[in-house]
Amino acid sequence: MNPQNYLYLAALLFTLGASGVLLRRNAIVVFMCIELMLNAANLALVTFSRMHGNLDGQIMAFFVMVVAAAEVVVGLAIIVMVYRSRHSASVDDASLMKL
Amino acid sequence: MSFPLLTATAVAPALGAVVTAAVPAARRTTAKWLAFGFSLLTLALAAAVVLRFDTAPGADRFQLTESRSWIPDFGVRYELGVDGIGVAMIALTAVLIPFLIGAGWNDADPVEGEAPANRRWRPTQGFFALILMVEAMVILSFAATDVFLFYIFFEAMLIPMYFLIGGFGDRAGEQGEEGQARQRSYAAVKFLLYNLAGGLVMLAAVIGLYVATADQLPEGTFSLQAILEARQSGELDFAADTERWLFLGFFLAFAVKAPLWPLHTWLPNAMGESTAPVAVLITAVVDKVGTFAMLRFCLGMFPEASEWATPVVVGLALVSIIYGALLAIGQRDMKRLIAYASISHFGFIVLGVFAMTSQGHGGATLYMINHGIATAALMLVAGFLIARRGSRLIADYGGVQKTAPVLAGTFLIGGLATLSLPGTGPFVSEFLVLVSAFSRWQAVGIIACTGIVLAALYVLLLYQRTMTGPVKAGLEKLPDLRVREIAVVAPLIVLLVFLGVYPKPLTEILDPAVEHTMSDVDRTDPQPQHDVSEVEAAE
Amino acid sequence: MESLIGLLVAAPLLGAAVLLLGGRRLDRAGHWFGLAMAAVSFVLAVALFFDLLDRAGEERTLHQHLFSWVPVADFRADVAFQLDQLSMTFVLLITGVGTLIHLYSVGYMEHDERRRRFFGYLNLFLGAMLLLVLADNYLLLYVGWEGVGLASFLLIGFWQHKPSAATAAKKAFVVNRVGDVGLSIAILLMFTTFGSFAFAEVLPNADSASEGTLTGIGLMLLLAACGKSAQVPLQSWLGDAMEGPTPVSALIHAATMVTAGVYLVVRSGAVFDAAPDAQTVVVVVGAVTLLFGAVVGCAKDDIKKALAGSTMSQIGYMMLAAGLGPIGYVFAIMHLVTHGFFKAGLFLGAGSVMHGMNDEVDMRRYGGLRTYMPVTFVTFGLAYLAIIGFPYLSGFFSKDEIIYAGFSKGGTEGWILGGVMLLGAALTAYYMTRIMLMTFFGEKRWQPDANGHEPHPHESPLTMTVPMMVLAGGAVAAGFVFDAGESFVHWLEPVTGLEHGDSPVSHGQVSIAATAVMVLGVAGAWFQYGRRPVPVVAPTGSLLTRAARRDLLQDDFNHAAFVQTGSYLTRGLVYLDHKLVDGVVNGTAASFGGLSGRLRRIQNGFARSYAVSMFGGAAVLVAVTLLMRAV
Repeated sequence: MNPQNYLYLAALLFTLGASGVLLRRNAIVVFMCIELMLNAANLALVTFSRMHGNLDGQIMAFFVMVVAAAEVVVGLAIIVMVYRSRHSASVDDASLMKL
Repeated sequence: MSFPLLTATAVAPALGAVVTAAVPAARRTTAKWLAFGFSLLTLALAAAVVLRFDTAPGADRFQLTESRSWIPDFGVRYELGVDGIGVAMIALTAVLIPFLIGAGWNDADPVEGEAPANRRWRPTQGFFALILMVEAMVILSFAATDVFLFYIFFEAMLIPMYFLIGGFGDRAGEQGEEGQARQRSYAAVKFLLYNLAGGLVMLAAVIGLYVATADQLPEGTFSLQAILEARQSGELDFAADTERWLFLGFFLAFAVKAPLWPLHTWLPNAMGESTAPVAVLITAVVDKVGTFAMLRFCLGMFPEASEWATPVVVGLALVSIIYGALLAIGQRDMKRLIAYASISHFGFIVLGVFAMTSQGHGGATLYMINHGIATAALMLVAGFLIARRGSRLIADYGGVQKTAPVLAGTFLIGGLATLSLPGTGPFVSEFLVLVSAFSRWQAVGIIACTGIVLAALYVLLLYQRTMTGPVKAGLEKLPDLRVREIAVVAPLIVLLVFLGVYPKPLTEILDPAVEHTMSDVDRTDPQPQHDVSEVEAAE
Repeated sequence: MESLIGLLVAAPLLGAAVLLLGGRRLDRAGHWFGLAMAAVSFVLAVALFFDLLDRAGEERTLHQHLFSWVPVADFRADVAFQLDQLSMTFVLLITGVGTLIHLYSVGYMEHDERRRRFFGYLNLFLGAMLLLVLADNYLLLYVGWEGVGLASFLLIGFWQHKPSAATAAKKAFVVNRVGDVGLSIAILLMFTTFGSFAFAEVLPNADSASEGTLTGIGLMLLLAACGKSAQVPLQSWLGDAMEGPTPVSALIHAATMVTAGVYLVVRSGAVFDAAPDAQTVVVVVGAVTLLFGAVVGCAKDDIKKALAGSTMSQIGYMMLAAGLGPIGYVFAIMHLVTHGFFKAGLFLGAGSVMHGMNDEVDMRRYGGLRTYMPVTFVTFGLAYLAIIGFPYLSGFFSKDEIIYAGFSKGGTEGWILGGVMLLGAALTAYYMTRIMLMTFFGEKRWQPDANGHEPHPHESPLTMTVPMMVLAGGAVAAGFVFDAGESFVHWLEPVTGLEHGDSPVSHGQVSIAATAVMVLGVAGAWFQYGRRPVPVVAPTGSLLTRAARRDLLQDDFNHAAFVQTGSYLTRGLVYLDHKLVDGVVNGTAASFGGLSGRLRRIQNGFARSYAVSMFGGAAVLVAVTLLMRAV
């Protein structure tokens, strides 16, 4: 199969994820969309690795997975804490990042 | 490798700063004595520098040199060395600091009952540590012969200065505690921003200098000595445009520091709001780095651009002289008055530097030293007076000589030195500057001469309003100078008179350096129209 | 002998240092120490004088080089002294009169708690004045020049608790500084022209420079002389300077310091001789001041201010004579010395009167004092006769010589100058007789002072009367001594040169005319003040009288022209500095502040808006990259 197709798929997934981040309000969903974007990037990396015949892309993909895992741990914890204190998981609820 | 004397002279106060800062909160007196001790140690080392400096004809231009590689990728080296001008400036700094510490002995003590619960609050320790830190940075600036190294110390001294201005001031005043604090922080921020802005432009010029040298020499360099040598041998010859831009970059930073009209407005704020010793530190020590650097870096590295800029710079210097004096006459606050008087004096110094004659350069350097001592004497006595009454306003005083004759007497002597009375040091230097300006451009010399009258006006008006007349209400019990205060002021006055009567030891140190600077800019002194000595020789 | 010159200057300076730094423990004996130091320099001066007399006329110049002062490249200033006949004359006058006045002050200042300091200042003055006349170059002369200015400032303002004294002191210093600018510029011109400012190098070579330069130097020296010698237009400080204690007025503002301007002009004679335009200006200044001072002297009711007007007028005579060139130099100095005697005597007499009258200075409140103060009356009277030029007293000789020199100028100028000086002589006789009559004759017009104390006039103690007697003796005899065999002329001639102009009138005719106008002046004063009683409150008087009482409106002019405009200027500049220069800075800061305030609003804290900007930014970057590649 033509490896380029995987790239199209990755682009599609990334676009889905990005529009999810921008359009959805629920923090959990936003979070899942970010994961989707990360995995789209992973897919692209692995595809490039295959296309160029070296392992650099695959190594990068592993890095991304580790970072994503760490991010999930920290991010979910934050979301849970915010939900507990504000009883809402909407990202538009308050300008949380401004004093 | 010989003993690195210059580094030691700078490390001593830096070490003193660290040690003083570490003294526990309750041991304030220990901290003061430690700071004083370290400043004396620095003075001793500076004295060693003066003694080791060889003034014999044919001696090296830069002596006591040290050179170590630091950032080899960019040719930055840790290079120190002093010529006569540098030696004199280091000596001035080292001499003044112990007096400033003595004068500010109780300035930073926490006020009774106002100390916060925090037991680690140590303003006194901080005050003296910061002063020592400034001293270290200033000495390094005077000694650095690597342009990048100089830049670092030139900027680094802003940080302790910022905290000294913003953190310590006179107690209370017309605006009350809170207004005072607001004014102080305004002054500190203004000081910092002005000087940072100047420094930023200079950084660009420093980088430009590296690029420009890298263009023509085998590798780029920041070393002043290397650049001067390459210029002399003709290896290095900047394009006119490049040289002018580089000159402007450096000059702007120095003109802010000096300060030259119209970049002067930070000085009255900074000097007005800080305590008297810090005000002296600003005008007598830190600002001198600016005029010193004009003489060493601007003229040395960019002689043609300096000549190109001379008309404008001399014009600004003249404006500074007259403008500073006129504004001094109009002030109501005695510290601001002294600040504007300093602006007028800095005009004279810049005039001497850019007149480019031997008398001008010698006179400007002497002026830096004499002005430092004279302003210190006047400002410190003013500070003692302000501490007694708690007001900086001239109108709050009157008849002080009746209750405190010694204070009034020392104030008058400081004032007379400020107006360059013959017999005090400033007269010698002011006259040399006038000679140099007059021998280049008669009109400039004559205009500068009118500064003499204005100086008499602002000093004597200040003296008349504060010290003479009937005793103002509330001053009947004004105590005279204490032993500590006399011990601070008396040596300064002795120095002023000594330098006025016998400045030769100083001119001997300066002479070779002045000659070198004159050859850097490739200028000779204007000759008299009828040289009497030649006529006699012919006969 | 040369080494004594340095000691001569050092003795009073040492006295000043000891007295001013010694502190209160010297209060009891300090004044005697000050007096001793003044006497030491007088003795040294006399010793040097006899040493000079032993030498031939041309070899009477001693030099002492102490040390090199400011050596920077070609600029060489030395601390070195030159003693010739001209400076010797001054040294004798300064130390002689100075010692007498020190002695007088012991009595005069007896009740002042700051007497020690007063003597310190007096000693400082002596040292600076000696430095001025002994310097062998103009820069060192400048040091003495400002040194006497400082001493004068300190002494005028000695009673600093009086605002008027403090103001007068400041005024004197500032006006003198205007003159000092002249001296500075003159020295600068000398340096750029001759490469030196030592007498020995400038004066002999003066004619090698262009006339324009020399005129410039001459006019600048004249400006300096005007400041120090209270000549028009820098005369305004002298009247106010009378706020100082009377011995100060006698020593500094009559006998010595104010004559320094004449010294400067005579010393720089070589420059003026080669610059006729400058000489003309000197003569004009002298002539104008001569009349100006005399007119002011006629109108003042304050005895010291009347005498101050007289001093200005008499120095005008000297200045005029000095402007005449070698015809007049010798006589300018001769009048200077005789004036030193009689004017110091007059001031000391005035001080003695004030001492006995509760420090009252208004002559309208004196009257009939001659029986109460016989010694003061006699000594004052002798000095009075000397100043009005009573035949065969000292003023007669010196003033007549100057008037004769004025006529010798020749042509219309000679007649104008001679006429002006004769008019001045008449006015001198008038105002001096007026002072004499109002003070010592007529009925008593004494008033109680501010505290209600009735005055009880009494003769002053011996310490005060002895100096007055000596000075009166000098005022009487000096003329004889100087005139005998033209001793004074022969003494000074080697330094100043001497020429005889061709006068249209003879010596005898001048003397007769001078005596005649003197009699006229005395008679005029007697008609106005001797024949009828003097009102205690001054009558309104004519327009001229009122103007003269206000020093011919000089202060009003200065106030309007300089003080007022200056204060507007400084206030305007303070405002501009705050609003404009600082305004630009603060404005820049404020606009940066405003800009960052706007930019801050973009940071609204909403996660999704940040995400949009991230994606937008990424999109822009990608687009730019692609575009760049395409290009």
